[in-house]
Amino acid sequence: MIGLSAVLLMLFNGRIAGISGILARMFPPYAGADAANALAFVVGLMAAPLCYWAVTGDPVPQIVSSDAVLMAIAGLLVGFGTVYGSGCTSGHGVCGIARLSRRSLVATAVFMVMGFVTVFVMRHLIGG
Amino acid sequence: MFRVALSLIAGLIFGLGLVIGGMANPVKVQNFLDVTGTFDPSLAFVMGGAVAVTFIGYRFIFRERSPLFEEQFHLPTAKELDTSLLTGPALFGIGWGLSGFCPGPAITSLPLMAKGTLIFVPAMLAGVGLARFVTQKRAPSRLETTGGTA
Repeated sequence: MIGLSAVLLMLFNGRIAGISGILARMFPPYAGADAANALAFVVGLMAAPLCYWAVTGDPVPQIVSSDAVLMAIAGLLVGFGTVYGSGCTSGHGVCGIARLSRRSLVATAVFMVMGFVTVFVMRHLIGG
Repeated sequence: MFRVALSLIAGLIFGLGLVIGGMANPVKVQNFLDVTGTFDPSLAFVMGGAVAVTFIGYRFIFRERSPLFEEQFHLPTAKELDTSLLTGPALFGIGWGLSGFCPGPAITSLPLMAKGTLIFVPAMLAGVGLARFVTQKRAPSRLETTGGTA
């Protein structure tokens, strides 16, 4: 379904389905109707867990850390890193690799490795 | 208006894919990243499936000269590998490992109102705004290739 959505967005709007880019377009400077489309996509994303809940009758299973400092730092890193690095899991990891972009292959390798290392340090070195 | 509705539907399908695939559960993502511990390979199939569908779909779409409702495709034009392509994803990877969230699942999780999500998302948006500001200041012409497309 993620792939289907990415394909539809390219077919209709000629856009990469990259969430970080979509979020970035909600910030100035604005260009045309980009912000409206970006906002609509974000609303669609947020409707998804509610639709899932309505159809299945079960809330989406989810365990989120409630460590405020950790989540604030992680959020800043993710927000800054994805836009500074031109993409996230969807833009580089899915759309970029599907386009066989060399930049996206490098970026995906870097964030995957850093993700592995971070979880390793957090869970096995510091303990958790 | 029609295109805005299509964006909304694309967002909904994307979000359902994340929710059903388990990407919207940070602990599951961290288990996937924990290759030496509780490694859960199922997300590799979610990602792999998404890449496969996109790869095949793009082959067909790019045979056309333009998308259906736009005059041209908006594709990243940058080809060179620069340092921002290492530092950005490196910072992102650390944040991803710490929280188990990447941008899509974090936004999708907002209506579930977990405390961690409600802290993570505003911080993430602040980071997005900051990076947008920094990249614009450095090279305004890179709008299309940095923040704009990927």
